[in-house]
Amino acid sequence: MRKSWIVALAALAPLYAQNIVIQSATIMTVTKGTLQGSIVIKDGKIAEVGEKVMMPQSATVIDAGGQYVIPGIIDCHSHIAVDGSVNEGSVSVSSMVNIKDVINPEDIAIYRALAGGVTTANILHGSANPIGGQTIVLKMRWGQDAQGMIFEGALPGIKFALGENPKRPGNPPGGRGATQTVPARYPATRMGVEDTIREALNQAKAYKAEWDEYAAKVAHGEHPLPPRKDLKLEPLKEVLEGKRYVHAHCYREDEILMLLRVADDYGFKIRTLQHVLEGYKVAQEIAASGTGASTFSDWWAFKIEAYDAIPYNAALMQKKGIVVSLNSDDDELMRHLNTEAAKAMKYGGLSETDALAMVTINPAKQLGIDSRVGSIEAGKDADLVIYDKNPLSDYAKVQKVLIDGRVYFDRDNDVNGRPAKALEKQKLLDKEKQSQPKPAGGRGPAQ
Amino acid sequence: MKLFGILIGCAMAAGAASNNSVLIRGADVYPVTSEPVKAASILVLDGKIAEIGLKIVAPKGVRVVDGKGLRVYPGMIDSGTELGLSEIEMMRETVDTGELGEFMPQLRALASVNPDSEHFAVVRIAGITSVMTFPAGAGAGAGGGGGRGAARQYISGQAALIRTFGRTWEDMAVSALAAMYVQFPSLGATGGRGGPVPGNIAELVGETGARTFTEMMRTYQQDVAKLADFFDEARRYQRAKAANLPGLVRDLKYEAMLPVLDGKLPVAIAAATPRLIHDTIQFAEKQNVKIVIMQPRQLGSAAAELKAKNIPVILGRVLALPRGQDDPYDQAFTLPAETYKAGVKFAFGTFDNEFVRNLPYQAATAVAFGLPEDEALKAITINPAQIWGAGDQLGSIEKDKSADLMVATGDPLEIQTQVKHVFIRGQEIELSSKQTRLYDKYVNRQ
Repeated sequence: MRKSWIVALAALAPLYAQNIVIQSATIMTVTKGTLQGSIVIKDGKIAEVGEKVMMPQSATVIDAGGQYVIPGIIDCHSHIAVDGSVNEGSVSVSSMVNIKDVINPEDIAIYRALAGGVTTANILHGSANPIGGQTIVLKMRWGQDAQGMIFEGALPGIKFALGENPKRPGNPPGGRGATQTVPARYPATRMGVEDTIREALNQAKAYKAEWDEYAAKVAHGEHPLPPRKDLKLEPLKEVLEGKRYVHAHCYREDEILMLLRVADDYGFKIRTLQHVLEGYKVAQEIAASGTGASTFSDWWAFKIEAYDAIPYNAALMQKKGIVVSLNSDDDELMRHLNTEAAKAMKYGGLSETDALAMVTINPAKQLGIDSRVGSIEAGKDADLVIYDKNPLSDYAKVQKVLIDGRVYFDRDNDVNGRPAKALEKQKLLDKEKQSQPKPAGGRGPAQ
Repeated sequence: MKLFGILIGCAMAAGAASNNSVLIRGADVYPVTSEPVKAASILVLDGKIAEIGLKIVAPKGVRVVDGKGLRVYPGMIDSGTELGLSEIEMMRETVDTGELGEFMPQLRALASVNPDSEHFAVVRIAGITSVMTFPAGAGAGAGGGGGRGAARQYISGQAALIRTFGRTWEDMAVSALAAMYVQFPSLGATGGRGGPVPGNIAELVGETGARTFTEMMRTYQQDVAKLADFFDEARRYQRAKAANLPGLVRDLKYEAMLPVLDGKLPVAIAAATPRLIHDTIQFAEKQNVKIVIMQPRQLGSAAAELKAKNIPVILGRVLALPRGQDDPYDQAFTLPAETYKAGVKFAFGTFDNEFVRNLPYQAATAVAFGLPEDEALKAITINPAQIWGAGDQLGSIEKDKSADLMVATGDPLEIQTQVKHVFIRGQEIELSSKQTRLYDKYVNRQ
């Protein structure tokens, strides 16, 4: 038993090497052009990028000849690694609940996302309420515990949601009439969605005033009683103070504009509009407000508010000056956001760099973590993806993924490790079978 | 003045006649069934491919399309859609798949195809010129009845092979009757919550609602027997009809089964696992009917059987999650290569109207994970044409075939490739859709 641990540790040893050099690769830095060269990684950070680099003493060398390196992909909208439902839909405003409390670091979706080149993801509450729960940014550090996955220092967020989804509980199946079996929950219309948000912000503003007054008195040397802490209003107070980002699920142009104006009225900024499928119709207004947009590349027609979605949305919004990212909102789509970026080249004619930016530096900007990740630059976290071909081709596949300079995914290891895993599984199954008493009532069907 | 009118009339008539005649000149031609030819021309007359050659002179009045630097491929074919039958997935009013009833072979998808569905333009300007459209969500164990809590459905009706362009559904039809869609009973999802639980584990953990494997197997066998009963009844009807039995009342359900029983019409049948595929093949052998396996998720031991019995397979989404928690992350990516290596004939389907236009990109992912490139291309052109009984009309660039063509800037499997021209039955399609129109409307909004 102990021996196998030693073997395992020995196998893991290269992963923890202090210094790594990725050499002979095509490096798509996103912010500093594309070059043929090497990347030096020291203590989890990128130390040097260039055609010629200073080789550190004792470094693990990854020969990436003929291969491509890009910054780790950042998904600005995901629901993986959440234990149970992502929706606390029983109330119209569920700002008191927090995704941070229900992180499941053993969700296999984390490993699969990693195998698709994702290194960071914005994990959101669902869209069942106009104001939903608090959100958290995670790094896909597969194997670490919940705390170890959290992107340290990233500002937390809160989910807002507009349109059909928050309306749905207001329109339960069977209608709102006498025969209904499920009671309707306010709101049932887009008018009610706006009202719910304004009402909550109005309360938060008053709550903030109480705390501001209290703080002022304390500053004057007084000893007042502090106001009662309100767990629902506390995160909204942080929104008003610019200490928490709002990520707002939206589809139609009317509701997009509504939310921008509500935010104006309450003196804060929406950080990102999520989905924002009709963003192209009000791109000027979004750009003027300095709000980011995180959208799907080509999803459409799955519901009526997605009927006017166009695959040109991302490129069109970008050309009008909006910081745009492409997200997945889906465990599967999350695994190939690189080719979602390629669709922004097909539909809208973006350059390779501009397209790649939509899944790297742009989402990093939107999440306020662009000083740490999103491009290949000296000083940034060594979150890198190595592909066998140009990642903007759908013939490319991920070979290795590094987070903080550590290899978290290696395709060769994954593939080579499969026979051993299958053997282990079979052993466990056999053991399980042996420990089971023969079922009464004869034998079951042959497997 | 009168003479002038007649002249205009003649010109218009000539224009209409040449509407489906064209010469594509100087393009690289990828016929799929033979080696590519550089800088060649394709002459299309009256909707059919008349000639492929290096030097063809356009007959008088035939329009010339300059293909220099472009590539010509046969139009692509998606083997699993609900196009024309489902507009907006979540709005039941706009969805006509998933009728009620257990045995519904008489239902035909074709006559409910809405030619003006916005989906057709979106799909055809991506180079997809024909699709199979199914009367029910063609997912393995979809359950029929549109998921509205109805009893399970066994036979959903007749799938049609249609072009993505045409004024009426009659106009669009390549084959009104391309397959009978049968939803073979399934054992339910394996693994995860809600899957079958081995007998005594269910007792040990005391899971409420969990059915034991033995219970699920019993239900499954009953369901299979019920399906077999229907086939048997249909066959009795067939015999009675052949014998001209007096007093035989015409039955629309059994009538619809006749081409299946005659072995003329393939049964499209969803089966996800090796065990289900095996059972399905046994069922088909016993009933002596032709089958096409839809959306397998694993072939395993069934691959050799499919190959030996020459049964084709329609692979579902390549960009899909693995079946079980502990299955390899690339399970769905590698399935096409496995299928190919096993020598099983296959084509691709997207199984969701929203993603039909991504058909070639699904095929490309299969290439990244081991499928030869030309096989990926065949699986979206000639293979589906042959599997669905239109191999003499569609799926390759050959003389006398229908001129359903795409002209593109490069490899159609690559996302960045742009489609420059699409021809359906020789007629050039306007490359616009609801989406391009919205783009044009808003791109220059001040």
